[in-house]
Amino acid sequence: MNSLKLWVAIATLVMASSTGDVLLSAAMKRIGDLDEIRIRNGLLAVIGRVVREKLFLLGLACLIFSFFCLLTALSWGDASLVAPASASLTFICSAVLAKFFLHENVDRRRWIAAALVCCGVLLLVK
Amino acid sequence: MKFKKIFIYLSIACCNGAGDVLLKRGMNSLGEIHLSNWTHIFSAFTNPWIIVGIACLACFFYAYLTALSWADLTYVLPATAFGYVVTAFLSRYFLHEAVSPWRWAGVLLITCGVGLVARGPSLTERRTADRLPAAKEQHELA
Repeated sequence: MNSLKLWVAIATLVMASSTGDVLLSAAMKRIGDLDEIRIRNGLLAVIGRVVREKLFLLGLACLIFSFFCLLTALSWGDASLVAPASASLTFICSAVLAKFFLHENVDRRRWIAAALVCCGVLLLVK
Repeated sequence: MKFKKIFIYLSIACCNGAGDVLLKRGMNSLGEIHLSNWTHIFSAFTNPWIIVGIACLACFFYAYLTALSWADLTYVLPATAFGYVVTAFLSRYFLHEAVSPWRWAGVLLITCGVGLVARGPSLTERRTADRLPAAKEQHELA
């Protein structure tokens, strides 16, 4: 029962955080290189530019929700299981979302890496 | 450019790993959260471990956003995956959790995956072509 509860928390966390990641990535691509903006106009300009981006705020909302799921999951399981398991499942889920929604070139190298991370997660659960 | 990539990758990995472990340390002293009294979760914000953990994750977030602004999501995400290595080491030596050989093997596989992606191109070609040529040159010089 406890492990089911933990995995439901992890699954919710994974969905929320990969949706958030995809939204953030789309937002940052719209804004452009943050380093260049910081060098030209300073850190405050970067923060101002970022928080005015709607996609960013939406992505942030997803990530805040996933953060509360993470705190809950951490109180139920070991950090060396919860943190890697959730974050690497997020990696697979985000790779799929990035391919279909951001049209990123997820080549063989990146899929193999995704598979390696997936196997890594299976071992982490052992 | 090379230095910038490595620096961002390392900041993402270290801040992410350290942040997670500090949160776990804080939640250990807070006790288990039950769904019936879920508002208890807000008392987490008065715990010093949680506060330092959140500061670490804030640094991670800034580094992460910067990386996303000039690289693909599928390129940047493995950098966060590299944080597991940091998490596993800190869990073992700071939180004194038992990390089995299987988990170490898992960490090793994840590291291989990260290494593989990190050696590849950081941005989908089509997107590079979309950028202003002048901005791109400047970017390459930096």
